Amino acid sequence: MKKKNRTIKVDYLARVEGEGALHIEIKENQVSDVKLKIFEPPRFFEAFLRGRDFKEAPDITARICGICPVAYQMSAVHAMEKALGIQVQGPLRDLRRLLYCGEWIESHTLHIYMLHAPDFLGYEDAVQMAKDHKDVVERGLQLKKVGNEIVSLVGGREIHPVNVKVGGFYKVLAKTEFDHLKERLKWARDAALETVKWSSRFDFPAFDQDYEYVSLSHPDEYPFNEGRIISNKGLDIEAQEFENNFREDHVEYTNALHSVLIDRGSYFVGPMARFNLNFDQLSPLAKESAKESGIGDHCHNPFQSIVVRSIEVLYACDEALRIIESYEKPDQPSVDFEIQEGVGAACTEAPRGLLYHRYKIDEEGQILDARIIPPTSQNQKTIENDLWQFVPKHLDLPQEKLTWQCEQAIRNYDPCISCATHFLKLDIVRS
Amino acid sequence: MKKKKPKIAVWKFASCDGCQLSLLDCEDELLTVADEIEIANFPEASRRVLKGPYDLSLVEGSITTPHDEERIHQVRRSSKYLITIGACATAGGIQALRNFKDVNEFISIVYANPTYIDTLETSTPISSHVPVDFELRGCPINKMQLVEVISAFLKDRKPVTPPHSTCIECKLKGNVCVMVAQGTMCLGPVTHAGCDAICPSYNRGCYGCFGPKETPNTASLGDWLGEQGTGDPEILRVFRGFNAYAPSFRKESERHEEKKPDH
Repeated sequence: MKKKNRTIKVDYLARVEGEGALHIEIKENQVSDVKLKIFEPPRFFEAFLRGRDFKEAPDITARICGICPVAYQMSAVHAMEKALGIQVQGPLRDLRRLLYCGEWIESHTLHIYMLHAPDFLGYEDAVQMAKDHKDVVERGLQLKKVGNEIVSLVGGREIHPVNVKVGGFYKVLAKTEFDHLKERLKWARDAALETVKWSSRFDFPAFDQDYEYVSLSHPDEYPFNEGRIISNKGLDIEAQEFENNFREDHVEYTNALHSVLIDRGSYFVGPMARFNLNFDQLSPLAKESAKESGIGDHCHNPFQSIVVRSIEVLYACDEALRIIESYEKPDQPSVDFEIQEGVGAACTEAPRGLLYHRYKIDEEGQILDARIIPPTSQNQKTIENDLWQFVPKHLDLPQEKLTWQCEQAIRNYDPCISCATHFLKLDIVRS
Repeated sequence: MKKKKPKIAVWKFASCDGCQLSLLDCEDELLTVADEIEIANFPEASRRVLKGPYDLSLVEGSITTPHDEERIHQVRRSSKYLITIGACATAGGIQALRNFKDVNEFISIVYANPTYIDTLETSTPISSHVPVDFELRGCPINKMQLVEVISAFLKDRKPVTPPHSTCIECKLKGNVCVMVAQGTMCLGPVTHAGCDAICPSYNRGCYGCFGPKETPNTASLGDWLGEQGTGDPEILRVFRGFNAYAPSFRKESERHEEKKPDH
């Protein structure tokens, strides 16, 4: 018997990073309320960054998230370098791309195999899934391991790397030290190719939506650390214009702020945004596999984000191999510079999407002000919008199944709730 | 008759998720470990939740909200053995920097509507609230030490996690001392071993992410750094990092706060 009034409630969302809950009200077969609640305790990073030395920003902000520390380190160093008026180029720039490849491989693979795929195959976790699909889970674990090996080698360790520094690195490796990785990456590239094929065969609910996708875009490469911020609906700005175009709202039921495009509303960051806006910059193999998978050159169904993530893993393997093959050890591990006062903003592409940092430093390099906007806060409103759209189409499902599918709709975004709760410096309060 | 597998639960408080991720980062060992135990509660990895009591609880994160202050007691009551993992759970973490300031000022810097935020004035380690059976250090923990701790639990023996300093690890690696040779500030002499001395291996000084070793002489190191020309603000900052609220680090940072920068 169908009930007209229902509540879908998930007290503690599983297989996401951090602590969140979901609350959906259905009245007279209409969705009347959707709340993605983030109850992860706030940790106040922007507040205690004040008074710290500029050199500490990459180590401190890495602690916002154990899943994507490289993203924090990359946005932090690029923003600081803008403030100091320096640019890192050549092999040091390539090494930063390589480090990011490692993080994309490990973070995306963790999400694909351990957090997202169990939804499609009907398991509560990857360990249960391994009982029936051992080879698949082992392939995922080994692929993730290759990503972690890159981060460990370039960064010193896989979680909270120690080698990233404003101006470059503390230490750079000789070309021969990457030899062993080359063979591992060739295996990983094959495993990534298999991952694309495997994930593209899942059963996806029909759910194409009209989103505003936002990502970096660079004329010569698939975006990691540099580029203009663009969208499919006309946005085209530099990172320092971010705060003129985006606004964060503090909503009562969540400890994470909602980011919106001013006058336009919700938007979508992450693998699907990057893919749809930068398809032409993917490697030939990644493009070919996208076409063979049936996705083609665009994807508007967030349930298929698992395939797009797999294509990005394949690209990251290709890109890592390209960098290692052309790498020559630079003369110095970092560029020289003078400390000066300034303000710098930068965006990079975390696995989950655009990550914005801005710092103001004084003439001694002390941080006066910091602002950080992570991808999950940017996607929060879009996640809620998806649920508003998704639930009415699936009211016939039994409660347990509908609840699970709503959880899955959230996991499409690989939300990182630990990232999302520390937020912003707010002197812009609205009426 | 087959022995029943021990039930393990993983709990999260204020943290970055990195320490529990270390378990999933055990790519080669994960499925083997999972064969030996019943993962009864691990929300980061599974939807499945089995009821307690749990034989072993791994606790990540520090206590920063009134709700978490209550919740840790429930976790303790339902756990036969409780191990804290990481700097947040063992020392309050980086978020314990609030303990040196007025938290209301922090809230107003970060949030537009401070009344929505329910937080404690301090971030404290788990052991400030409930008895803890074993503490595993690190920001983040070393995943092989985590495997060692779980194995030791399964075999009913004491975990082997050396209590000596990072300096010893560094010497064992054959590194040239960054402090003696390059004059780089380094907390190696007072920091707990476990990371394999990665910072000196990457040409930088240790920043103490594994927290204080047993019986650290932080005052001696603080004085020595000062004699080498490191200013008080810098000494204060290095002790006031990811383990700022660990008693010996806290005491040393406060000692450099009292002094004025010009003497």
